Amino acid sequence: MEKKTLFDKIWDAHVVRTVPDGPDVFFIDKHFIHEVTSPVAFLNLEKRGVTVLHPERTIATPDHNVPTIDQEKTIKDQLSRMQVEKLRTNCKKYGIELHDLGSAHHGIVHVIGPELGVTQPGMTIVCGDSHTSTHGAFGAIAFGIGTSEVEMVLATQCIMQSKPKKLRITVDGELGKGVTSKDIILYIISQISASGGTGYFIEYAGSAIRALSMEARMTICNMSIEMGARGGLIAPDETTYAYLKGKRYSPKGADWEKAVAYWESLKTDEGAEFDLEYHYDAADIEPMITYGTNPGMGIKVKGFIPETVGMEGSNKKSYLKSLEYMGFLPGEAIQGKKIDYVFVGSCTNGRIEDIRSVAEFVKGKKKAPNITAWIVPGSREVEKLAHEEGLVKILEEAGFKLRQPGCSACLAMNDDKIPSGKYAVSTSNRNFEGRQGPGSRTLLASPLTVAAVAVTGEITDPREVF
Amino acid sequence: MAYDKFNVLKSTVVPLPAENVDTDQIIPARFLKATERVGFGDNLFRDWRYDPTGAPKPDFVLNNPTYQGKILVSGKNFGSGSSREHAVWAIYDYGFRCVVSSFFADIFKNNCLNIGVLPVTVSEKFLNSVFEAVEADPKVELEVDIERQSITLLSTGESESFDINSYKKENMKNGFDDIDYLLNLKEEIAEFAKTR
Repeated sequence: MEKKTLFDKIWDAHVVRTVPDGPDVFFIDKHFIHEVTSPVAFLNLEKRGVTVLHPERTIATPDHNVPTIDQEKTIKDQLSRMQVEKLRTNCKKYGIELHDLGSAHHGIVHVIGPELGVTQPGMTIVCGDSHTSTHGAFGAIAFGIGTSEVEMVLATQCIMQSKPKKLRITVDGELGKGVTSKDIILYIISQISASGGTGYFIEYAGSAIRALSMEARMTICNMSIEMGARGGLIAPDETTYAYLKGKRYSPKGADWEKAVAYWESLKTDEGAEFDLEYHYDAADIEPMITYGTNPGMGIKVKGFIPETVGMEGSNKKSYLKSLEYMGFLPGEAIQGKKIDYVFVGSCTNGRIEDIRSVAEFVKGKKKAPNITAWIVPGSREVEKLAHEEGLVKILEEAGFKLRQPGCSACLAMNDDKIPSGKYAVSTSNRNFEGRQGPGSRTLLASPLTVAAVAVTGEITDPREVF
Repeated sequence: MAYDKFNVLKSTVVPLPAENVDTDQIIPARFLKATERVGFGDNLFRDWRYDPTGAPKPDFVLNNPTYQGKILVSGKNFGSGSSREHAVWAIYDYGFRCVVSSFFADIFKNNCLNIGVLPVTVSEKFLNSVFEAVEADPKVELEVDIERQSITLLSTGESESFDINSYKKENMKNGFDDIDYLLNLKEEIAEFAKTR
């Protein structure tokens, strides 16, 4: 029998037909939409006189541009308000399930999908957002699409896609104390660069990946796009089933048994071939932080910003431009740099385990006076748990400001902007120029490292703060 | 929606010799708030093009009238990051019909082909030849021929072929988009949907 990878098994089961010397007509099981990348898709549908084919396969929530204070009031920013209202109108018109501001399951689309049990192994999932790769943690093929493709899914439940190549990244061994899944993924991206995964779909494997919780796995898959890969997935296992059991949309009763039996088959066959493989040892990974303007520019918190030896031409020019933007010099240590803001949140690290780890770390401590500390839960559910578990109290006593759920300062579409020239250590996913506000300087790190920075006011290895 | 047909494009170029140009630079998130596809070209490369007061930065290439044309040429890993199609809308709306680089991010490339902007991947060597030629003479032209799948630097005759699958090639030549194709498969898709 032909040996297949997990990715092959799911992909091949969703091909409606293959266009000769062209892409596959690829069937989509679940589609998430939000207020920013969907309005033009709906508008074009109307222009064509086409309706939504499977409204029951699409789920909506406003997350990108929404304010994180006073959500119960009318949105002040007129353009943001119009986008959110358009989403409401479109969902109502076509009968699409909407988790609106203030409702029990409002939140970042990639946080609520798993929370609701919408995301399940073996599915194909798309959304007009590149971090859709998050859902790959469940053993699903999940990736971001453009607005034209959002329109295709609404109209036909299909998109036209060429099958990507296959890359397996294996991380074996045990993680050291103070090292998290965010450090694993920042380490991998620093090794293979911000474009090293382009053209590939990743399967993450190995004992270090298996040992992770579902939320930690989501952090890894979330950042697959930051090395250029379309997405990344992890074979489902007992951890996956335990997470899904009892969720609102998870299969129930006999359907559950049937589903698990199918999910058990979702693993790469022994001997199946990948186009490319990388192996890493978990013991080599330490707390990581970025120093530049793409997520591939990462080093150990205890490391030094690389020198320009061996770089030339436009590569060197781009590198120096990036450091100039950040206000750093080649060869400098990153530890000890003064920081102005910390941001805990986003679809990468805005889940309850992230908030727990920050709260546990800062309990009984105070944030440094030079730090403004924002904590933005990924969803209402996360916010509710954070209150119930007493985490909010701990964080507020430490000087953190809790805001309401949304994408917030990860992309600064709302008012949550880091001022020009200021430094933010952030649990989010992108350190591009101006990503967190015009002129803002972002350093990406794990929630633990962010907590350590909040307490000391400067870049600090979390293993050295007690 | 349907777009202009693409056959042979002969044009001067706008050079942007930076690497890893992400879609947040092409169009920052705060300019994604429209509910219609209009006016995105005004904010193309917003924070590289204008200072915080809105005044044009004279050293940025789009503010230099010496460089004009329908072809944007940039360094490797162009269009990385966010899936925002708005980035391509901004490029199209500004007047570009073709982007040349030695390496494109996947989602960006798909988005380009879906709205009628041709992404042409060339070798590092060819890319550097273009940058050098344009620096020496801003009037040099590139010719992009989709039928022959060739790109030629007209000042030197240096030429390369580029990849595009025949499905997308036909679409670009005829101004068709994928939805036209998918809508014709309605029954086949409906049959398939029953199995999922």
